[in-house]
Amino acid sequence: MTIPLPPSGAGTDPLLTTADDAPGVSLWRAAWRRLRRNPTAIVGAVIVAAFILVALLAPLLTPYEPGSARWSGQVTPTSVPGPSPEHLLGLDRFGSDLFTQLVYGARQSLVYGVVATAIGLTAGTALGTLAGGAASVGGRIGGWVDNAVMRLVDIMLSVPSLLLAVSIAAVLGQNPYAVMIAIGVAQVPIFARLLRGSMLSQGRSDYVLAAEALGLRKRRIVMGHVLPNSLGPTVVQATLNLAVAIIEVAALSFLGLGQPDPAVAEWGRMLVAAQDRFEAAPQLALLPGGAIAITALGFTLFGEALREALDPRSRR
Amino acid sequence: MLRFALRRLALMVPVLVGLSILLFAWVRALPGDPARALLGQRATPEGIARVNEVYGFNEPIVQQYLKYVQALLGGDFGRSIKTGQPVLDSFVEKFPGTVELGVTALLLAVVIGVPMGYYAARHQGRFLDTFIVSGSLLGVVTPVFFLAILLKLVFANWLDLLPTSLRQDPRIDATHITNFYVLDGLLTREYDAAWDALVHLVLPSVALATIPLAIIVRITRAAVAEVLNEDYVRTAESKGLAGHVVSRRHVLRNALLPVVTTIGLQAGLLLSGAVLTETVFAWNGIGKFLFEAIGQRDYPVLQGYILFIAIIYALINLVVDMAYGVIDPRVRVS
Repeated sequence: MTIPLPPSGAGTDPLLTTADDAPGVSLWRAAWRRLRRNPTAIVGAVIVAAFILVALLAPLLTPYEPGSARWSGQVTPTSVPGPSPEHLLGLDRFGSDLFTQLVYGARQSLVYGVVATAIGLTAGTALGTLAGGAASVGGRIGGWVDNAVMRLVDIMLSVPSLLLAVSIAAVLGQNPYAVMIAIGVAQVPIFARLLRGSMLSQGRSDYVLAAEALGLRKRRIVMGHVLPNSLGPTVVQATLNLAVAIIEVAALSFLGLGQPDPAVAEWGRMLVAAQDRFEAAPQLALLPGGAIAITALGFTLFGEALREALDPRSRR
Repeated sequence: MLRFALRRLALMVPVLVGLSILLFAWVRALPGDPARALLGQRATPEGIARVNEVYGFNEPIVQQYLKYVQALLGGDFGRSIKTGQPVLDSFVEKFPGTVELGVTALLLAVVIGVPMGYYAARHQGRFLDTFIVSGSLLGVVTPVFFLAILLKLVFANWLDLLPTSLRQDPRIDATHITNFYVLDGLLTREYDAAWDALVHLVLPSVALATIPLAIIVRITRAAVAEVLNEDYVRTAESKGLAGHVVSRRHVLRNALLPVVTTIGLQAGLLLSGAVLTETVFAWNGIGKFLFEAIGQRDYPVLQGYILFIAIIYALINLVVDMAYGVIDPRVRVS
């Protein structure tokens, strides 16, 4: 489930185009300044920070263990106990503390999302650099390498990303690593293509021409100048992909391909389990579903603000 | 245009060949020997021997691959381990269900999304614009299956307004010719059957439509906002053209280019989303079929499914590219 997010509006936000971009300020520093003043970025950053804090501090936030099902006696097919002094949000369908499940679920989402995106980013950046670098250096071998890599990327893109993840997870079998690898690999072609494209367009810049005129070796220009200058869109994409990865982790769980250990709290599986206690306890579905959406929203807002901040068009 | 289509079709070939190699290697990569993996827990020595015989696992690997491709070209996508039914037959039977759902969802997304995006761009910064933009953001980040569950809860369990499972009430003895149930009802003049199928479509298609809708709104808004800033729009306005002429001929026509591309890109999202939506609503399409195959580790079905989806996906993209040529004359020239 790749969610391509277009920039909203056309970079017309006056907040982003004010005059602090004095000559000589680096692109990243100027972007940081713009980011700090963009309310969207701040909202996104707050959500992301809250999510990370909850995930890290889970054992401090709740006195109970996840997946303990200690109070399963209190859960009947028609009723699930709601909020009480001992249980902030009540119990879940199996008789564990719902708040504990949610808090520990954040942990799973964070780990899975970050590891999966890191896999996609690393492998995708490697492939993209290989293709983009080879194409920039040129020559028969360069063209050949570029072609080979991009055909591989084409093959991976020929299957929609969630379905690619599903098929990889199905081969790897049910274990926690399968989910991370599957979602990570499904992201590889996105990063590879993006980085190659941005390296090719950077390759046509004046500073590359200048470096060539100075007699620098092509390989050095590509690795030392073109690559670092092309990474911006990749970083933005990684932030946005964290949102996608967190949703896809839940989706794989939903399809029965997720984390198999029932003692581990996971938002996607909580949603599945909530389905047959719907009418009695809608909060069982609303809370984990809302948690996924809000987390994804945080990463999306932050990623979009980052994109706007890094866009040279917003720097006048 | 024909040459363009043929060239694009030719470009599909290496991708599909590559994918078929990967898919072939895929069943090989399953742990243990393939026959055992295919049979799962039901593996008996006789069963393994039979599978090895039927699938030719004893032959050299290159020969096996060639056989696999030969079978594919003959339309043999393998057989389900579970039911023994040819995989392609199941697709042909269930694909109309997914198309019915996907097309309805896409229509909803386009018919609602384009005007909303256009309105938002024309009224930037006003309350409704902010509302539409925030709403579309929410649509993008809400997982399809969560939304599906919510819709089910509200409209079926609480309000008891709409059916939440199946494509049609099984008590209706409807005749099916095309397996597009709404169309079938109209063709056979069983209007109650058509109506029932339509009512069953509402919740699943709304759930499936949200993400494409949100994306279409955002793209349309961005595209229209960009075109509105163009010199030719100002020129058109300043030479006194009526507002609706400018909107239709200059703004919409140019802004729709990226929108059409986006609509094409939604195909992948719809195919993925269909797996989740069909699962929640017990909708009898290829998505639910895939879900069941995952549950049973029915590898030939998974293998055939991925290839089938890749072909459909590539064909949709081809059609979108051709549509692009129709709308944008510049594409035709180059």
